[in-house]
Amino acid sequence: MAEKLEDLIPKVETLANDLGLEYYPVEFELVPPSFMMEVAVYGLPVRMPHWSFGVRWIYQMVQHRMGHSRIFEVVFPGNPNRAYLVNTNSLEENILVVAHVLGHADFSHNNLTFVRSQEQVGYRIVEQAAAHARRIAEVIEEIGEQRVEQVLDVALALEPHIDTNLPLNRSKYRPLDKRTEPEPEGFRGRYQQLPGEAQPERKTRGAPEPLHIPPHPERDLLWFIATHAPEMEDWERDIFLAVRKEAYYFQPVFNCQIMNEGWASYWHSRLLREADFLSGQIYVDSMKTHSDVVRPYAGEHQVALQVNPYHLGYSLWEHLLENGGLEAAREIRREEDDFGFIRNYFTAELADEMGLFVYSAKKNGEIRVTSSNIHELHEAILQPKFNFGAPRVVVDELKSDGTLILRHEHENDGRGLDLERARHVLEYIDRIWRRPVKLYTIDERGRQINIKPSWEID
Amino acid sequence: MSLHESTSRDGVGRWYDLFSRGTRDWLRHNEKIREAVREQLPDLVAGSDVLSRPDNRTVKVPVRFMEHYRFRLRNPDVRTGAGQGKAKPGDVLRPAQPARPGQGKEGSGEGEGQITFALEFQIDDILDWLWDELELPHLKPRLGTRIEEDAYIREGWDRRGARSRLDRRRTMKEAIKRRSAQGPEAIPIVNDDLRFRQLARRRRPTTNAVAFFLLDVSSSMDEHCRRLAKTFFFWALQGVRRQFSTIEIVFIAHTVEAWEFEEENFFRIHGQGGTKSSTAVHKAQQILEERYDPAMYNCYLFYATDGHNFSEDRRRATEALLRLAPLMNFLGYAEVSHQNHRRLDTEVAGIWRGLGAEGWPVGSYSLTREADIWLAIKAFFTDQAAEAEAQ
Repeated sequence: MAEKLEDLIPKVETLANDLGLEYYPVEFELVPPSFMMEVAVYGLPVRMPHWSFGVRWIYQMVQHRMGHSRIFEVVFPGNPNRAYLVNTNSLEENILVVAHVLGHADFSHNNLTFVRSQEQVGYRIVEQAAAHARRIAEVIEEIGEQRVEQVLDVALALEPHIDTNLPLNRSKYRPLDKRTEPEPEGFRGRYQQLPGEAQPERKTRGAPEPLHIPPHPERDLLWFIATHAPEMEDWERDIFLAVRKEAYYFQPVFNCQIMNEGWASYWHSRLLREADFLSGQIYVDSMKTHSDVVRPYAGEHQVALQVNPYHLGYSLWEHLLENGGLEAAREIRREEDDFGFIRNYFTAELADEMGLFVYSAKKNGEIRVTSSNIHELHEAILQPKFNFGAPRVVVDELKSDGTLILRHEHENDGRGLDLERARHVLEYIDRIWRRPVKLYTIDERGRQINIKPSWEID
Repeated sequence: MSLHESTSRDGVGRWYDLFSRGTRDWLRHNEKIREAVREQLPDLVAGSDVLSRPDNRTVKVPVRFMEHYRFRLRNPDVRTGAGQGKAKPGDVLRPAQPARPGQGKEGSGEGEGQITFALEFQIDDILDWLWDELELPHLKPRLGTRIEEDAYIREGWDRRGARSRLDRRRTMKEAIKRRSAQGPEAIPIVNDDLRFRQLARRRRPTTNAVAFFLLDVSSSMDEHCRRLAKTFFFWALQGVRRQFSTIEIVFIAHTVEAWEFEEENFFRIHGQGGTKSSTAVHKAQQILEERYDPAMYNCYLFYATDGHNFSEDRRRATEALLRLAPLMNFLGYAEVSHQNHRRLDTEVAGIWRGLGAEGWPVGSYSLTREADIWLAIKAFFTDQAAEAEAQ
């Protein structure tokens, strides 16, 4: 007897509830593979147009044609969650995907990083991104493609340069307010409420000094430019803030990928195992798909220079659940992101069991396995994830003549910026800032240098 | 929970079946590339493969993906990463690669920018860019001095005429006007509503043209020379084609004799022995007289050679050219060779210089490298535009 997906989904959900998964309602939709491919490229079902997505899209197409990539599922956390299944996948594959999605939904409902981000962006990012896209389409109609594109060039290039420790809505730094610093917001505010953190004395005596803007290095470039640019038009500001809001949504997804995928993989395998309503054949076929997803990139006698996050997360969660039980695992799911997850729970024994190692690749092409020290391994895994995957560039100073001084905090990154690319990004910024722009970083010998748009002369 | 299917029951697809955002943004990327490539016109023009399919009105140009720049760290001297598999500290997974000549500064960066793909360009677009670049006047189809033909053109309407020239749109308009004046009982269409297009006979300048391509195929003309000649011919032809609705091309190859060829074979011919350029000019003259009435055609002649010619042929070649020149709108001479900085001081170049000195519309161009093609094309278009304006 043929079973139907729509009949099976409620059964899987009932089972999930019995096992204690908590989540906002999930809306499933069956879509063609082409749609999935675009979602993977844009990150959201409907998103603003930009030529750079076109480049990623063609790469995806090429990979897909060569059979290297196959996308099973996408879910957008929110209330409701929106999940997409590929309509050409088999029932066995899709039932696994449904169970996997419920694991994600539980994760995003409970993990604090997600909860905070969802509170900020309002649980309906899919609809909001579509509204952004519509608004931008109208602006293009009105103002013309080229000018809108110039703004998107900057905004999207600065996408990772946000500061989610601070709220989405922030008030502008005011130069007139010389006496008192603004009340600290976000993390700083919370930090000051900790017991034992005495309020530093406010400097109110002496001659008032003009307030340095920003009062401390500002990481949120999108916000700073949108709110402080001397001559930005409203529609340009709207685009910046739209990109920023989407970035606020993307960041926890990025920061919790290993945990989140591992958690979802653990739950899809457990849900299917306990689903006595599934026929034996469906179970066997789904589990085959499962092992395809969570298997290491390297085969038995091979070596891979990448780690499959599904495999890593899944193995780690299995280990934690075996040794600490479900309640302890739920606590970890609530409180950690990948950084804490890996550093606190990924042990040397497990690394050894999984065959993980650190390698170093020299410019001459030599690749050598260097060490299996667990701390080095942690950092090697986490390195691409720091600061949303981007170098940390901050606003150092907004000068009284409107000059914007940016500084690369190279101390954290250990090396300087790629100068050619940095110059191009500065040129993007220059077109919207409409005043001089300057960026400090270090060269290959560690000397401080500054970069300017190529058309600016000393 | 709920599950939606991507197609509703009445078979109407969802929005994403109708429209691909990926394609839209990819096309926009390509458009931007076109704008960027335009700035490299000289390379585009000198591309030696433009002629591969002469009937095709497009050329393919390899381009790289554009990169959307973001802040990135400089590539480290030693990159570390996490890997997985059967390996222990000290294992060398890949030995150092011997430095390969011709490789970039530091191998390759990751990600975009590496893959090249071929983008097709309309030759007409390239020509438009060329014209803009050279700031040439946009020529109308050239008004021949003597070249005219009869043409019927549409002019006005009448209430009587042949059925085949009934203008339905006008007729309906008339009927509607009348009906709205007459009120609801009016007859739909009456004879008075009918409108017929009228034709008038006009004299108009002919827009026919013929181009003669003369190629020296003697043993001294090697592949390099032929390629230069071919590219030059191609662009010269495009420049002429811009002004005429129809253009016919005659291909003539010569050594001490001259033959007419089909286009496919023209550039593959290899001859033996010496060179008598007079033979090719004679052949052109003969074909012109047989097939193309100079009164009905705009005539162009292009000659590519390495410049060597038997000196006893000098007088005959000069005379032949002098006979042909009055019938031509323009004559182009392309000297192809290996030596840099050739100054057009060969035997043949001298003959053509003489032709120019007598006031005939002649241009001479020297080509030794691909980079010269751009200069030659620029010079040719400028000369040609000046000639056409003067006439």
